[in-house]
Amino acid sequence: MALLELEGVSKDFGAIRALSDVSFSIEPGQVVGLMGDNGAGKSTLVKIISGIYQPSTGIVKLDGAPAHIHSPGEARRLGIETVYQDLALADNLTAAANIFLGRELKYNFGPFRFLRQRAMNARAAELFAELKSETRADDLVRQMSGGQRQAVAIARTRLADAKLILMDEPTAAISVRQVAEVLNLIHRLKDAGIAVMLISHRMPDVFSCCDRVIVMRRGTKVADKPIANSSPEEVTALITGAREVA
Amino acid sequence: MSDTVQGFSNVRRTRFWQRGFLASQSAYVLVALIGLIIIMSMLSPHFLTDGNVKNVVRNFSFVAIATLGITLVIITGGIDLSVGSSMALSATVCSLTMAGLNAAGFYPFPGSAFILSMGAGLGTALLIGLFNGFAVAKLKLAPFVTTLGTLSIVRGLTYVATQGRGAAPSGPDKELFITAMSGNLGGVPVGFIYLMILAAAMWVALNHTAWGRHVYAIGSNEAAGRLTGVNVDRVKIQVYMLCALAAGFNGIMVSGWLGSAPANLAMAYELTIIAAAVIGGANLAGGIGGAAGAIIGCVLIEVIRNGLVLARVDPYWQQTLVGCIIVVAVLVDRFRSLRNG
Repeated sequence: MALLELEGVSKDFGAIRALSDVSFSIEPGQVVGLMGDNGAGKSTLVKIISGIYQPSTGIVKLDGAPAHIHSPGEARRLGIETVYQDLALADNLTAAANIFLGRELKYNFGPFRFLRQRAMNARAAELFAELKSETRADDLVRQMSGGQRQAVAIARTRLADAKLILMDEPTAAISVRQVAEVLNLIHRLKDAGIAVMLISHRMPDVFSCCDRVIVMRRGTKVADKPIANSSPEEVTALITGAREVA
Repeated sequence: MSDTVQGFSNVRRTRFWQRGFLASQSAYVLVALIGLIIIMSMLSPHFLTDGNVKNVVRNFSFVAIATLGITLVIITGGIDLSVGSSMALSATVCSLTMAGLNAAGFYPFPGSAFILSMGAGLGTALLIGLFNGFAVAKLKLAPFVTTLGTLSIVRGLTYVATQGRGAAPSGPDKELFITAMSGNLGGVPVGFIYLMILAAAMWVALNHTAWGRHVYAIGSNEAAGRLTGVNVDRVKIQVYMLCALAAGFNGIMVSGWLGSAPANLAMAYELTIIAAAVIGGANLAGGIGGAAGAIIGCVLIEVIRNGLVLARVDPYWQQTLVGCIIVVAVLVDRFRSLRNG
């Protein structure tokens, strides 16, 4: 059974049709690349799956049942984690505080609930070790490099048992070595049975770690095929519109 | 501190003085304050006398609790210009309630008039805060304009309620009220004791609860807060309510000291209060600030004011000097953040 299914999803912003009748499905443990030029509807699609937007028409199904993902918090409860393009970090807080933002570990003391700072720092350090990232849990995000910030945003998705992780341009702002680390991480997520949707402009990223590629153009899906049956040239042609359909 | 943590090739650990309180503007201003106190005590033999110290302590307590409140709002990236008016209206409602209960002869048990009038005054403050918070969080109005409106509305209501004459507490609990608001406990002004308790509570809330984390997160990146499931609107409404509550309590304290609540009570105090918060290290851009800084800012302003009086400097210089200190404090912070990146 498919983990996530979209059936005829459209999204209108006033007179602009950002998405038009998009359908696809993602199986558990599958890594799907989502490609398209600026304005193709990738971000809108991601925001619908992660609960920021509601589709104007169409159905989103999780594990075969229709799901109404009405907020990012709801998406997380349903097992969908997102790495946002701008990373969504508060840079006046530590890495650990960012990872646990909105789901802090607490202990009860009488009527009060206080933070378990040490436990959160320890868990964050574990996550960074798993990601092989040189990031300290108690350093402020303000003082971090692009790659470290990325690690914090990705570590956040590993906190709960996610079934699907959406990554919006996770390799856009980081160094070559860190790109390799992120791609390795995606492989490890796949091995752990977690599905990943990778939104990227970078052809090599998609072709090195995805099972399937979905190409969007002007709000519609123009291709959805296994990576093995495609080529960077074909995908480029689809993105630019040189080819109409795969 | 060694930099030999395994696997960390070029990521040096920040030194202890480059992180936390010691790296904040509050710490710099504290050093300046201590220096100032030392200079004052050398220049004037009256500065460190018991009476003068008590005077200084009482005076800064009259604005410091409201400064704690507005610091919360400033950390979330907001501003509350209505604190001075909230002080006045809360004090007025408190006094009017006490006088009204006295006139009606309603006094079921000792202390009842005190409790009811405090409740009425603080309840008024909470309503003002709820109004501000709702307008800012739910209606997405700009905090500056909203609270500028509230400043005027609330001050106007204060005049309307008393026909501009002000109100005075009266009745059987008047003495209790005045003692509880402006008396001394073990030789220490009670206002200072309230301030310390509230500051400690605020420090714990900001540093050791999820709520505090959310306050800082909202000030730094509100969108991130929303995306990670923080209830941004609720936290914002809460900080405006706490700010108004703190201002209301401070206003009632001032009326206890004065023995009445004139309609122009705390007029233009919002400027002193915001100045104290900013000097103490709260950043109007949001995300930075704390309880200690708020108090340090208030003490600094009051020490300067007091020092100028003792030095027999024309009191009209006071405002000019406070303004200079605001600029210098943010300037120092600016240089420091340039250096540390």
